[in-house]
Amino acid sequence: MAESQAILQASDVVETNERSLFKKLIRNRFAAFGLFIMLLLILTAIFAPILATHSPDKMNVTKTLLGIGAEGHLLGTDNYGRDIFSRLVYGARISILVGLGAVLFGAVIGSLLGVIAGYFGGKFDSIIMRIMDGLSAFPFILLAITLMSVLGQGLLNVIIAIGIGNIPGFARVVRGQVLSVKQSEYIEVTRSLGAKHGRIIFHHVLPNSIAPLIVYATMSIAGAIISEASLSFLGLGVQPPTASWGSMLQDGKNFLVLNPHMATIPGLAILITVVGINLFGDGLRDALDPKMKV
Amino acid sequence: MSEPLLKVRDLRKYFPIDSPIPFKRSNQSVKAVDGVSFDVMPGETLGVVGESGCGKSTMARLVNQLIPPSSGTVEFRGENLVGMDAKKLRETRKSIQMVFQDPYASLDPRKTVGELIAEPLVIHRIGDKASQKKRVLELLEVVGLSHYHAKRYPYEFSGGQRQRINIARALVLNPDIIICDEPVSALDVSVQAQVINLLKELQRDYNLTYIFISHDLNVVRYMCDRIAVMYLGKIVEMGTYKEIYENPKHPYTKALLSAIPKESPHDNKERIILKDAVPNPINPPTGCHFHERCPYMMDICSTKIPQLMDTGNGHIASCHLLEEN
Amino acid sequence: MSNELLKVENLEVQFKSGSTVTKAVNGVSFTLNRKENIGIVGESGSGKSVTATSLLRLIPSPPGHISGGKILFEGKDLLTLSDKEMRDIRGNDISMIFQDPLTSLNPVFTVGDQIMESIKLHQKVSKKEAKQKAIQMLQLVGIPAPEKRLNMYPHEFSGGMRQRVMIAIALSCNPKLLIADEPTTALDVTVQAQILELMKKLQDEFNTSIIMITHDLGVVWEICHKVLVMYAGNVIEYGTVEEIHDHPMHPYTWGLLDSQITENIEDHEMLTTIPGSPPDLRQEIKGCPFAPRCSYTQDICFSKAPEMVEVKEKHFVACHFQTKENRLNRKERSTHVRAVVKS
Repeated sequence: MAESQAILQASDVVETNERSLFKKLIRNRFAAFGLFIMLLLILTAIFAPILATHSPDKMNVTKTLLGIGAEGHLLGTDNYGRDIFSRLVYGARISILVGLGAVLFGAVIGSLLGVIAGYFGGKFDSIIMRIMDGLSAFPFILLAITLMSVLGQGLLNVIIAIGIGNIPGFARVVRGQVLSVKQSEYIEVTRSLGAKHGRIIFHHVLPNSIAPLIVYATMSIAGAIISEASLSFLGLGVQPPTASWGSMLQDGKNFLVLNPHMATIPGLAILITVVGINLFGDGLRDALDPKMKV
Repeated sequence: MSEPLLKVRDLRKYFPIDSPIPFKRSNQSVKAVDGVSFDVMPGETLGVVGESGCGKSTMARLVNQLIPPSSGTVEFRGENLVGMDAKKLRETRKSIQMVFQDPYASLDPRKTVGELIAEPLVIHRIGDKASQKKRVLELLEVVGLSHYHAKRYPYEFSGGQRQRINIARALVLNPDIIICDEPVSALDVSVQAQVINLLKELQRDYNLTYIFISHDLNVVRYMCDRIAVMYLGKIVEMGTYKEIYENPKHPYTKALLSAIPKESPHDNKERIILKDAVPNPINPPTGCHFHERCPYMMDICSTKIPQLMDTGNGHIASCHLLEEN
Repeated sequence: MSNELLKVENLEVQFKSGSTVTKAVNGVSFTLNRKENIGIVGESGSGKSVTATSLLRLIPSPPGHISGGKILFEGKDLLTLSDKEMRDIRGNDISMIFQDPLTSLNPVFTVGDQIMESIKLHQKVSKKEAKQKAIQMLQLVGIPAPEKRLNMYPHEFSGGMRQRVMIAIALSCNPKLLIADEPTTALDVTVQAQILELMKKLQDEFNTSIIMITHDLGVVWEICHKVLVMYAGNVIEYGTVEEIHDHPMHPYTWGLLDSQITENIEDHEMLTTIPGSPPDLRQEIKGCPFAPRCSYTQDICFSKAPEMVEVKEKHFVACHFQTKENRLNRKERSTHVRAVVKS
């Protein structure tokens, strides 16, 4: 009887752990704030058609360059008379898709390559890392431009192009981490228990390599959002008049002196997003560490 | 007399060294283990002592094929593990478990103690979730921990408790033999005694066989039935613990024993203070590897490698001094 | 010149992290005479290393903080000295060697550079003289071909050789006091014997006093005159090695001595252990810190912390039942053993 009770207790373990991950995250005030911003953004992106007061692409030559708080236009209008608030709301879709998508793409492929290179070493390591070196030898923008011209335009291709640019960074971060984790005695122990490579990699090596990966990923999201802006500016990103924060920023740059709100509003949006994601990432890293008992 | 559980014959491991010139293969190698042979009988504890770099830890990993040997055989219950196909080896290796030195580094920090102890069962797909849990709780009791510890993470435990977790994990598959690589070296004295007692009790209760590797001669003397002394990849002396401690034959064993710290401030120990440290295993001295540090060095020692000789009472040693008589 | 070299009074060291305060050292007192060696023994977390590093004011601060007491070195309180005065004392009057000789040597400088640096830091000598002195020191610590070895890097030395180099550096300025923090723990027994032999020899030559921090009582019997037994930041027993070995009085010291594996232990006898593990120093300890693991406790042990009492000449114990008037009888070992195994 006592035994079965103990088993019941043990079966609770997994659930309490999962619950406590979210709890730990929420208890960290900064992480909670980050999570709040991210949720807000995602909701904004999803409900953009409801939130937007105007069509984001609709021009109105009679109402160009209105300031913040102008009648009917909460955040004013741009040089074509388009409602900035509506463009911001729709732009969130592009920015989030590109930011998360490109990083996810880069992180998954990069981590996989990094794990293979670090864990198996030898020839795998040399070949993979030399390819990564080659990839990162190109200036990022040049690489993206080349890829875009090969792939053709479109949102998915923007994501892939920026994602590929992110691969070498992730591969390098993960490989370094794997190299050190691989040396740990508990990996040797697991081998001595008869575990196969797959189990060792996915149950022991990767979970212990995740912390720097998360930090790097959150920082890369910011980079990806900005890269998308650069590509849009060069005419290789999303096609005008589709709104993205990057393209709004680029549009606003010519009016920086007289109508600073055109550039500062998308700029602020990017800033807040990036800060939010970073705070969330830090919190997630801490929450994943079993030693942190918040 | 019963058959030996484990029969190791002429086991060798040479690690090649990277040549300083790129793309050129070096023909130098470190002879980490250089022709080691011994038997382990069921239920006994074989101690392996020696200084760092003598190859004792490599030998442990060769025995359970964690590192593939360069040559030699390891027979477990009459079957040679060297060159055995992977599937069968995995199956056989369930009976040979290891406990490692560092209780802090040998537990994955991101797994709960319950998950860690159950891992061998998961790896070998033994039983369902419920029976695995039951087994984990059973073993926690066996090693002197409590059921609620299953949910905790390794960092919440002291060194001694962690070593108990390691032992529980090694026991979960009901092994016949456990290779302990310096299992108590990283622990404080009072905790060390707790873990040693536990190992002794487990041996009695489950009829376990141990290969016990340590540099601490007192611990080995207490734990082991027979002792092998290793120096630069070779066994230089082997015998029952009584023979080794009371009647050591090899000058190296004598020096090791005399280096054990005093047991009281009143002790006035005669010390054989050896010169230098263990020589570089890449270029071991010619002849007897020990001759440069040996207080009894003779001319023959630098030219001829001494062979292991039976000196009676199941005691063997390799020294030219023994050949004289 | 007084014979007393170092007098530590009521030293307290705390570590602060957030709102938790760890009392790592809690009122340590002892005296050390010239040419005398004292051993500080204890298990990990007992505060022995923190005590040693505090003597040189080398504990990382923050979070560390010497929160009370006096460290009188030749009559001067080291805790009142300026940072500059303290630097002059370090390496010159008091030097220290550490457990891991590989990490305490800088890998990018030759061994010779590192010895010479320490000589030039404290003595006004030319480069040539410093080199001469360095060669002399290496010779003294038993390193063959010192002229050649001077130009080698730490990784080219074995563990024992590196510890010899550390000792050469530590002694290069003829310090009056050498603090050795587990100097032989990382070394093999044969090398440990060499290093201890060397320390004894050099002590005679340099008239240095040694504070030996160790968890190994064997090392204490080997080299020390006095011994300080620490537990959970407190000194629980203090006296000459002969007294502590022959007439130990604190139950913890009994446990420590009994859990040593010695030649006298019979074949299949169980070892005596101290049940449980040391307390968490982040929590307030009420009463005697050893009480939860002690098999002689009474109510008072959990409510009142025992004072250090000089029960015999030069033998101090902190236990409620060990006073000038009262004595606690040590339980016979075998019964004690059985009790422990059962629990």
